[in-house]
Amino acid sequence: MLQGSPRSETGGALSIRSVGKVYDPGGDHVVALEQFSLEIPSGQFCAVVGPSGCGKTTLLNMLAGFESPTSGEIVMDDEILAGAGKRLAPGADRMVVFQQGALFPWKTVLWNVTCGPVLQGRLSPDRAEADARAMLARVGLEGIEHQYPGELSAGMLRRVEIVRALLIEPKILLLDEPFRALDALTKSVMHECLLELYDLTRKTVFFVTHDLEEAIFLADRVVAMTARPGRIKKMIKVDLPRPRDYRIVSSERFGQLKREAVDAIYDEAKKAFEAGEREFA
Amino acid sequence: MILAAPQTWQMALGFGLFVGIWYLTSAVLKLPRFEKIPDPLGVLIEWLSWNPIYGLSIFTPDYYKHIGYSIYRAFTAFVLAVALGVPLGLFMGWSPLFRRFTFPLVELIRPIPPLAWVPFAILLLPGTEWAVIFVTFIAAFFAMVLNSLLGARSIDPVYFRAAQCLGFRPWDVFIHVVVPGALPFVFTGLQLAMGLSWFALVAGEMIAGRYGLGFMIFEGYSLAQYRNIIIGMGTLGLLGYASSAGVRMLGRRMMIWRERQLGGGAE
Amino acid sequence: MWQGMFSVFVLFGLWQAAGALRVGGIGDIPTPVDVARALVDATQTSRYWSSWAISGERVAIGFLAGTLIGVPVALALGMNRTLRGIVFPVMETLRPVPPLAWVPLSILFWPTLELSIIFVIFLGAFFSVALNVLGGVDAVDPSLLRAARSMGARPRHIFWMIVLPATIPAIVTGMALGMGLTWEIVIAAEMIAGKAGLGYLAWEGFVNGSLVSILVAMVSIGIGGFLSCGLIWVLGQRATPWQRKS
Repeated sequence: MLQGSPRSETGGALSIRSVGKVYDPGGDHVVALEQFSLEIPSGQFCAVVGPSGCGKTTLLNMLAGFESPTSGEIVMDDEILAGAGKRLAPGADRMVVFQQGALFPWKTVLWNVTCGPVLQGRLSPDRAEADARAMLARVGLEGIEHQYPGELSAGMLRRVEIVRALLIEPKILLLDEPFRALDALTKSVMHECLLELYDLTRKTVFFVTHDLEEAIFLADRVVAMTARPGRIKKMIKVDLPRPRDYRIVSSERFGQLKREAVDAIYDEAKKAFEAGEREFA
Repeated sequence: MILAAPQTWQMALGFGLFVGIWYLTSAVLKLPRFEKIPDPLGVLIEWLSWNPIYGLSIFTPDYYKHIGYSIYRAFTAFVLAVALGVPLGLFMGWSPLFRRFTFPLVELIRPIPPLAWVPFAILLLPGTEWAVIFVTFIAAFFAMVLNSLLGARSIDPVYFRAAQCLGFRPWDVFIHVVVPGALPFVFTGLQLAMGLSWFALVAGEMIAGRYGLGFMIFEGYSLAQYRNIIIGMGTLGLLGYASSAGVRMLGRRMMIWRERQLGGGAE
Repeated sequence: MWQGMFSVFVLFGLWQAAGALRVGGIGDIPTPVDVARALVDATQTSRYWSSWAISGERVAIGFLAGTLIGVPVALALGMNRTLRGIVFPVMETLRPVPPLAWVPLSILFWPTLELSIIFVIFLGAFFSVALNVLGGVDAVDPSLLRAARSMGARPRHIFWMIVLPATIPAIVTGMALGMGLTWEIVIAAEMIAGKAGLGYLAWEGFVNGSLVSILVAMVSIGIGGFLSCGLIWVLGQRATPWQRKS
């Protein structure tokens, strides 16, 4: 799988059609998302940015199958993932990398990264182990296979988690602010590591964050959202060449894109701040 | 706040005072009421004697017969309680539907103290042997069910979500998420259940036993062989301590991932 | 909610049916209806209520004594390292001895049966409360203590303003656990040595070979334990308003 040809027919084209989500329709009636539509072609890296509480995590949860929309539908490669009030159960075709990390602390790193394919019966344990070792080595993690997650640093944990997500060969990778808790230096290392893996596999990636620079650096397209109720404020096509490295941040084009995005999102962030927004699902 | 281990002189002083006051009040000064308590020296001599006055010491087979009976009963009840209570509790914690059906039943029966089952069990079960084991079992069983249930519910939901994304089947989730995730609580339950087993066992043996340490203590009282009371209590204390230590050791073995995490490493 | 009701209903239904149909071996068990009827009959007698009063009084005295002595002892051990080094190992040595193993010694020592039963109850409550409170003192967040010291608080202030309030949840937990244990002990002690009380009521049912009386006593004991533990939790919630979940 490491040789996966770019933009091959692996699927993973997403179509989000006028999706809305209302929490507690009878009581407080919180509109998290309203008439949200987005098309993500197969293999695209799409980052969604927005102020706290704009419904970006809600959107990700609906893509993953943890929540169902109140209206609209979500389609992946002609398969309806979710419609009003119903959803397809989460599965290995839509792998999530969670904000707070979800490596099983009671299992070794090797078990964590190979369990998906092995338990599904898709790969033999030996084959899965070989794949895992290869990919771990690629992101600079060698010789930690038999350690437990509790023994690793935060940056190592995030890398292991991304490796785990890719090894089950999902059609789409969903990342929920995965680098939020990291310090700036570790974060930049993680960005390059993620991009390397992305260039290698070319999965469709749906990346939720509130960090504009991160979004522009990583993505093909940045979707800026409004404060609640979440709608699309602006779409920014990121035409920076790939493969990218950290020098690109100081380029003129990067600066232009960033200004464009800041202009779009600043008012919304202020609105959310003034509304006293706390983190919302 | 104070986590340092006690210093040797402090421990020596503590035990010295305890045994000294005991000896002084019961053997030397023979204070009213205290004179009835067997003195520590007499007990020790009896306990270690080749020829004990009241027939029980570390050199008499009868002493070990009592110990053997108690261990056999406590162990049988404990193993049964763990084998039945842990799966039941884990399943209750994992499945909300199952919990809604079964939890009220557990809560209905649990307030009845295990020892209140003694007369009921003697009348209903064949022979007092099973009645004593049953009562001990009840005491340990509820501790296991409740702690396993709490353990399963304490697992961060994110692990269940991750398991779904990784394509785990329900059985995989149970074996690889619920069981190991609940283990720290199950382990707490094991320690509690061990203590409760001995607690209930002693009462059961006093009330209904024909051998065992509880019976030995009670017989020591009724036959006025008072030193045997203290020997029995001391033996119970030692056994209780040893079994708790055993459970703790087992727990450390079962949770290497936790030990290593607590033992250091990055972050 | 309905699922729970359903399960309880099914349990009682099966029990009633087994009793009525005299299913092999367990046919001699009185049915729930028999037990309920006997319970109602029992409540008409003064003997039943005096059993309640006697057990209740023993529990109350032993439990209060255990708490009133256990809490200050544990706080003192928690605050003073030397005292703890001297006393705690002895306590740890005595702890594995089950409370009921103390019954015969207690009878020997105390002049009346009543006092000896209360003493055993006291022991159970004392250890439960003291060990929980000591754990609570150990768990006080050191950064609170450091903050207090840097603001110039004296040990006395630290105790009253930080350690004591921070330990209240542990006191409540210890009391609730102790209360549960207390009921266990009083029942057993009354069966072993009592002449009255709810435990004795169960024992009397056994002596007379009457399963109905035993079950009536068991149900009563269950209610007693449930009510007293519930009372502790309610009082505990009152005492720790900051632990309430919004």
